[in-house]
Amino acid sequence: MKFAIQVNEGPYQHQATDSAYQFTKAALEAGHEVMRVFFYHDGVNNGTKLTTPPQDDRNIVNRWTELAKKYDLDLVVCVAAAQRRGIVDEGEMQRNGKDAENIADNFRISGLGQLVEAGIQSERLVVFGD
Amino acid sequence: MSTLHTVNKSPFEKSSMDSCLAYAKQGSAVLMYEDGIYGAIKGTAIADKIAAASGVSFYVLGPDLKARGVAEDKVVDGIEIVDYPKFVALASENDKVQAWV
Repeated sequence: MKFAIQVNEGPYQHQATDSAYQFTKAALEAGHEVMRVFFYHDGVNNGTKLTTPPQDDRNIVNRWTELAKKYDLDLVVCVAAAQRRGIVDEGEMQRNGKDAENIADNFRISGLGQLVEAGIQSERLVVFGD
Repeated sequence: MSTLHTVNKSPFEKSSMDSCLAYAKQGSAVLMYEDGIYGAIKGTAIADKIAAASGVSFYVLGPDLKARGVAEDKVVDGIEIVDYPKFVALASENDKVQAWV
């Protein structure tokens, strides 16, 4: 089965992002396809490489990156939500005249069209939010 | 067309479980997870509503029960306690997934 996942909340604030991760991991381990994880609203904060949680806490950002590396996951951050919250990649840095970028490995910034496409192309769109 | 409804809010905090129960048709499934698990506890007003919902299957996510210290014997009879792989299976078995956030 082809799944798409939507994450609407940021890490460490709500459980939504943990639930989304656990669901995605379980789906992949069961042999399903997860064609995209779309991070929307505060969910874009899952994609900053600047977080440094305590060592005995889960590293939510790195956890997504590791899952993406293992299963070739497409982690997409909504561009408009990212601009508002300061999630920046190389292209956005240059386009908006910023002096830094902070997008985590294996995440990419793109538009809402990616969510629409995920909704059309997947068989199930599962939403995690608060 | 069967639907998996997911509820992640306590029914004692928000009305999303009530909305879900009002929309859930016969043959559909309701999964309570995160704070939604409080809806699965015996002896509450919501437990009566769950009992009255005929033809709807109810599930609760075990890891979220455990995270909140709710023992499995506190769960309403007839609600199936599931893990993440079963959550995935429910999403797959039903035709669509509706999140009541």
